[in-house]
Amino acid sequence: MLLEDPVFASRFLTLLTLSFHIIYATIGVGVPLMIMIAQWIGIRKNDEHYILMARRWARGFVVTVAVGVVTGTAIGLQLSLLWPRFMELAGQIIALPLFMEVFAFFFEAIFLGIYLYTWDRFEDQRKHLLLLIPVALGAGMSAFFITVVNSFMNTPHGFDIVDGQLTNANPILAMFNPAMPTKVAHVLATAYMTVAFMLAAIAAFKLLKGSGHVYHKKALNMTMKIGLIFAIAAAIIGDFSGKFLAVYQPEKLAAAEWHFETEEGAPLLLYGLLGDDNEVKGALKIPYALSILAFGHPMSEVIGLEEFPEEETPPLAVHYFFDLMVTIGVFMIFLALVYWIGTRWNWEFVKAKWYRWLIVLGGPLSFLAIEAGWWMAEVGRQPWILRGIMTVEEAATTSDYVGLMSILFVVLYIVLGIGTIVVLRRLFKNNPVEKELANAKGGDKA
Amino acid sequence: MTLEILGITVLWTFLFGYVIVGSIDYGAGFFNAYSIMTKKEHVLSNIIQRYLSPVWEVTNVFFVFFFVGVVGFFPQTAYYFGTIFLIPGSIALLLLAVRGSYYAFETYVSRGHKGYAFMYGLSGLLIPASLSIVLTISEGGFVHIEDGNPVLDYWALFTSPLSWSIVVLSIVAVLYISAVFLTWYANKTGDRDATELMRKYALFWAGPLIITAGGIIYELRFHNPAHYEQLLGLWWMFALSFILWLATVWFLWKRTNYAAAVWLLVGQFAFAFYGYGISHFPYLLYPVLTVHEGFTNKAMAISLVIVFILGLALLIPSLYLLLKLFLFDKTYLKGKNKKE
Ligand code: HDD
Ligand code: HEM
Ligand code: HEM
Repeated sequence: MLLEDPVFASRFLTLLTLSFHIIYATIGVGVPLMIMIAQWIGIRKNDEHYILMARRWARGFVVTVAVGVVTGTAIGLQLSLLWPRFMELAGQIIALPLFMEVFAFFFEAIFLGIYLYTWDRFEDQRKHLLLLIPVALGAGMSAFFITVVNSFMNTPHGFDIVDGQLTNANPILAMFNPAMPTKVAHVLATAYMTVAFMLAAIAAFKLLKGSGHVYHKKALNMTMKIGLIFAIAAAIIGDFSGKFLAVYQPEKLAAAEWHFETEEGAPLLLYGLLGDDNEVKGALKIPYALSILAFGHPMSEVIGLEEFPEEETPPLAVHYFFDLMVTIGVFMIFLALVYWIGTRWNWEFVKAKWYRWLIVLGGPLSFLAIEAGWWMAEVGRQPWILRGIMTVEEAATTSDYVGLMSILFVVLYIVLGIGTIVVLRRLFKNNPVEKELANAKGGDKA
Repeated sequence: MTLEILGITVLWTFLFGYVIVGSIDYGAGFFNAYSIMTKKEHVLSNIIQRYLSPVWEVTNVFFVFFFVGVVGFFPQTAYYFGTIFLIPGSIALLLLAVRGSYYAFETYVSRGHKGYAFMYGLSGLLIPASLSIVLTISEGGFVHIEDGNPVLDYWALFTSPLSWSIVVLSIVAVLYISAVFLTWYANKTGDRDATELMRKYALFWAGPLIITAGGIIYELRFHNPAHYEQLLGLWWMFALSFILWLATVWFLWKRTNYAAAVWLLVGQFAFAFYGYGISHFPYLLYPVLTVHEGFTNKAMAISLVIVFILGLALLIPSLYLLLKLFLFDKTYLKGKNKKE
């Protein structure tokens, strides 16, 4: 069995834990901002619907935070358990942002605890809202710091290797590595975008299920607007990410684009299938587009895979992940833009059932785009764990039983995943919006 | 003080913090489950929930702080402990995951759900047990180097009286620490029945605690004589710890001054914990890895220390606010809400 190989099993378990954690982490980064906006509008307009929105989101949020925290703890410890050689080396140079991240967690956890239990403790609602700022900031900072670590893995920086020993370590330079700006910006923008569309999907779903309440309409309008802004930001920053790759990680871009030969005026391939002998079938070819994505000029030269030794080329499957991500990104911009214009100009079809179903679909699709993006970025780094310095094979644990542990974690994530869904459903079913609005005054449950 | 001593002291202190707040947390979860099973939840659940709800995440961060900090200050530990700790570490992670999420499921959504409460109560009790294995391993004797890689001898670990005593101690300590703390907390909330019940539990676990702790010192004599010698050199710390234990029990027995009892308990564990830590010095993993060889480079060490100080400047006021609003707030304690 493949899982008997510690290297493969470690990769599998890392993939599994990260792909699971990222769902909750994204929610953890995005939801505090959404709560903040809703509560702010609620206070400004003195509209209890928005306040209730903030409350309900916060209530669901604690459940996802809990799972986010435990899966995050898992990946944090697993980094040492599964990749001991990597952490030994990287610990000497990139431990700083990891350490800072812990403080961000601390900060977030403390204020989240306070925020949740003080809904009715302040005469002035604005004071309560203030407590949310450290939560949103803490979550954003955690995302920032962890993404810094990941960008270091893609473009290691700020040290020298002499005779296999790390010297001249400069932790600050390591943090501000070339991959950092685009990566951090893209991760944050996509997290906010995804969460906005997730909340929009829930509102659209409620409307479809027959609740014509204006509460849901307000929620839908607000989240679609926020989603649109961040989706556009994500695409623009994504374009910069492509330009970053072209310079610093050309093999990843080339693999994602099935770009085999170095050439000027390179075309962009969309979709398609890879046959034997790397022959591309059924792809859409957009002339010059790859050169534009890579350097912003139609005639510039884009490095192809031929320039890299075979054992250093990433798996070509990353192309599918890249396409998936970009397609979803463009689709969501389109969907939200049409919705926005449609509501201004009173186009009937944006209120039609089929359009609302598309919005419902947009929630899961956005999460899929996040997953696809990470799969592309991480698999596209293969075979390196630290690009150019250490391979995955050298880094992995030598311990047996990783396969067995992987199976246990599969079971765990299934239990946690189902648990979250069951619990969230119960939470909101027992407490529909209509009922809550009816007995809005009084009651101190957070 | 050299940087490595500073580093290990900070980490050891945070580990101590985790031992105390984690024990309160895990023990409370267990007592909650136990009281539901024995149909006494009307007595306990309320105070336990009241304390736990706002703080459990903060507890978890202490743990994360510890292992992230260790890798930062002593990167080689990632290699040695990472390689050998796979199974106990993974089991601890599974338990932590079940504990944290089911705690949230029960508290925030399905109050009083027996299955959930039972799951997190039991898993919480086993977490310290599985984590305590690190301490056993670090005593040496269970790890050998094969083809240049450390390998853990599971059979030796499983059949060693030392490892089982440490496991038992960790469980008993959780129950004792938590019971003493909750006695004070219940008393502060003015809940007489809960106070009496927790006091009973605290007194019940006080004896087993001191017996297992003594037993470990005795077993160490055979397992790691060098460490044992160093422990004896610090006999006064353990003697003080014992005296503080006596004083705690006395206060509980007399039903006076529960607040002092809690502080004495913290002191008791502090002396034992630091005494143990100092006697273990300079080894991180006996005898292959010491604090000195495992230490990171200077630039990293200095930046970690700076970040640590800045971090504390941020955290201490926030923690103070949390404690002020919940732990020491009279109206919150009594279960009412007030407007500010
Ligand atoms: C909702 C999610 C989402 C959406 C709609 C997009 N992305 Fe993305 N993308 C991510 C979510 C994501 C991500 C999960 O956040 C990644 C994975 C690693 C990273 O840095 O961000 C990512 C990585 C990533 C990378 C690799 C960066 C690297 O490896 O360093 C590139 C080149 C792009 N993206 C480009 C785009 C473009 C041109 C998009 C056009 C619409 C786009 N992304 C939409
Ligand atoms: C601190 C930052 C990170 C570290 C140290 C890290 C570490 C690793 C390691 C060691 C691998 C194994 C190599 C491999 O199997 O390809 C890996 C792969 C992977 N990582 Fe990252 N990662 C980080 C950030 C992330 C983040 C934030 C995600 C988002 C979910 C992510 C997603 C993945 C995925 C999906 C894989 C599997 C790729 C594969 O199987 O080839 N990583 N990562
Ligand atoms: C290798 C990758 C990662 C590691 C090692 C990691 C580590 C952790 C740890 C240890 C926690 C628990 C902290 C606590 O006890 O409170 C956590 C939670 C969290 N992580 Fe991750 N993380 C990773 C990837 C990410 C990414 C990519 C993001 C954001 C884009 C992220 C955002 C968060 C957030 C916001 C939380 C708080 C819990 C929540 O609000 O849901 N993490 N992570």
